[in-house]
Amino acid sequence: MRRVTWFNTTSLTLGFTFLYLPMLILIVYSFNRSELVTVWAGFSTKWYGELIRNEAFLDAAWVTLQVAVVSSTVATVLGTMAALTMVRAGRFWGRTLFSGMIYAPLVMPEVITGLSLLLLFIGIGLDRGVFTIILAHTTFSMCYVSVVVSSRLATFDRSLEEAAFDLGCSPGEAFRLVTLPIIAPAVISGWLLAFTLSLDDLVIASFTAGPSATTLPIKIWSSIRLGVSPEINALSTILIAIVATGVVTASLITKRASLRLQAEERAAEQQA
Amino acid sequence: MTQTVFEPWNDPDATPLIQFQGVTKRFGDFTAIDDQTLDIYEREFFALLGPSGCGKTTMMRMLAGFEAPTEGRILLDGQDIAPIPPNKRAVNMMFQSYALFPHLSVWENIAFGLKRDRMEKSAITERVDRMLKLTRLEKFARRKPHQISGGQRQRVALARSLAKAPKLLLLDEPLGALDAKLRQDTQFELMDIQEKTGTTFVIVTHDQEEAMTVASRVAVMDHGKIVQADTPDRIYEHPSSVYVADFIGDVTIIEGTATPREAGYEIAFAEGQPPLYAETDKTFAKGQACHLAIRPEKVSITAEKPRDKRNALQGKILDIAYLGNISTYHVELPGGQVIKAQTANTRRLSRRTFTWEDTVWLSWTDTAAVLLED
Repeated sequence: MRRVTWFNTTSLTLGFTFLYLPMLILIVYSFNRSELVTVWAGFSTKWYGELIRNEAFLDAAWVTLQVAVVSSTVATVLGTMAALTMVRAGRFWGRTLFSGMIYAPLVMPEVITGLSLLLLFIGIGLDRGVFTIILAHTTFSMCYVSVVVSSRLATFDRSLEEAAFDLGCSPGEAFRLVTLPIIAPAVISGWLLAFTLSLDDLVIASFTAGPSATTLPIKIWSSIRLGVSPEINALSTILIAIVATGVVTASLITKRASLRLQAEERAAEQQA
Repeated sequence: MTQTVFEPWNDPDATPLIQFQGVTKRFGDFTAIDDQTLDIYEREFFALLGPSGCGKTTMMRMLAGFEAPTEGRILLDGQDIAPIPPNKRAVNMMFQSYALFPHLSVWENIAFGLKRDRMEKSAITERVDRMLKLTRLEKFARRKPHQISGGQRQRVALARSLAKAPKLLLLDEPLGALDAKLRQDTQFELMDIQEKTGTTFVIVTHDQEEAMTVASRVAVMDHGKIVQADTPDRIYEHPSSVYVADFIGDVTIIEGTATPREAGYEIAFAEGQPPLYAETDKTFAKGQACHLAIRPEKVSITAEKPRDKRNALQGKILDIAYLGNISTYHVELPGGQVIKAQTANTRRLSRRTFTWEDTVWLSWTDTAAVLLED
C-alpha cells in the first residue's frame, strides 16, 4: 500500500521539519559573510578559513580525537569481556545483580557519573587531563558496548564454539578463530557507538577535564557563552558532515551486504 | 562361500572400542543417565534411539567431552577419557545444527581441524580434496555455507567431522533438518561412507526408521536407561518390553493372563473370547498378568474362519488407513479390543475385498506374537 494522502504528506513534512530545520539553519549561516550570526550578508566560506587558523579549536579537536580513539578501544575490549562473561557464565548467585550493575550507568544521570569520577580523581590525587577524560569515557561507554555485544551473543549458536573445540581448538583459539570473527560486526558497532559517545560528550568531560586538556564540545560550549560566532557554525557543519558521511556509508555497506547474502541464499536453494 | 558376519558383540574375544562402565550423569536433581553399562565395537554403526529427554544426547555429549559423567567411567580404546578435554580426543562430532563456521568457505571449514593439528600444507590440501570427493562437494569448495543448500551443508558438516579421521564419529540427529526424500537418500549415503572409511559411527536419533535403516545395533533409551540394545531385527521381532515393542513400529498390545499349555501359553484376555496361544522362551506363572504384542503385518485378514491357525478372532472393520502400498485395518472385537492388521495392496484399490463395517476374521500363527511381562 503506497498511497500519497494529504495526511501522510503533512505528517512527513512536519516530522522532517522538526528534525532538520535547526541543523539546516546552522549550515546556512555557516556560509554567512556577516560577523553577526543572525543577519545574512551574502555567501562566503571565510569562516572555514578562520577555523583552520584557530589553534585553540585545533588543539581541542586533537584532544577529542585522542580521547575518543583510546577510550572507545579500551571500552570495546572491556565491554566485550563483560558481555561474554554475562552471557556465558550461566546461572550463579547474584547474576541478576551483576548484569543490572553493568547496565545501570546507562540510566545514571551524566552529572552524577561526572561528579563521582571527579571526586574519585581528587581523592586519589590524580591530575586531571587527557588521561582522566579517557578513564571517564571508558567507564561509561563500556556499558554501551557490552549491551550491543551481549545482544549479538544471545543469538550466537554455542555449538559453533563446541565444534571448534571438537576440531582441536584450545579455548583461546576457539575465541580468536570462530567467536570473534562471527561477533565482529557487533564489536565494531560497539566501538563506533563508544567513539561517537566520547566525541560528543560534554557533561562528563567537563567534570574530568583539567586546564591542560579541553575537548571540542567543552571548547564550543565555553565560546558560545561569549556569543555565537559564525566560526562555531562552520565547525558544527563540518561535524555534521563527518557524522552524516559515516552513518550513510555504514548503512550502505550493511544494506549491500544483506542484499548480497539474500541473493546468494536464494541462488543456493534454487540450485539444490 | 563363507561370509563372516559382522557381529563383534557376539564374539567374547572382541575388545570394545567404547565402554560405558556404570555411568551416571546428574544435572542438579535430575538424573539424565542412570547407571548405564554399554559396549560399542570398532566399525559399528551404533544408534541411540529414544524420545526427547531420554538421555541419548547426554550419552553422546559425554563421549565428545562436553559433559563429564557424575559417576562411572567411559573408556575409549581401554583408556579412561574423563581427563581428556574435547579438543584432545580422537572423537569428532557432527552437530545437529551442523555448526558450520559462517565466515569460512566450505574448503576452509573442512580444513579447520587439520590446520589445528599443524599438518603440512600439501597434506591438508590432499585430505580436504579427498573429503570433498567423498561427499561430492568438489564444485562448492569456494562457497560460503550460506551459499549452498541444506543437503550440501549437511555433507560439509560430515566431511568436516570426518577430515581428522577420528576413531569415533558422533552424529547428533544428522538428518533432522532434511526433508523426507533427501533424508532417505542421505541415510544410504551415510552407510556407504561409514563402510568406505571404516570409522565407528554413533548416531543419536528420535526417528526409529532412521535408526533401523542405518545402524548395526540400536539402543532404545527411556528415562536415562538403555531399555534394549540389539540389532534392528532383534529389536523389532524380539522386543524385551512393552515400551520397546510400542516405540518401534506399529503394534497391537493385548493385556491378559497367561496359563502354561503345551510348548507355550494360553492367554485369556476378554470375557466370551477364546484364549489366544503364543510360544515364548520366557517363563510365566499360571495366572500371571502379561502383554501380547502382535505386529499388524503378521495378522491375516480373511472373510472365512481359517482352519490352520489356532489364533483366530472375529471382528468388525472400524477404520482403514490406506497408504498406497499397504493398508492397515483397525478391527474391533465384540469386547471392544481393537487389533491392527496390515495387507500389502498387491491389487488395485477398486478390487479391494473388504470395506468399512465388514465382519472379518483375524488370524496369526503360534509364533507370530511376542509375550511380554507386565
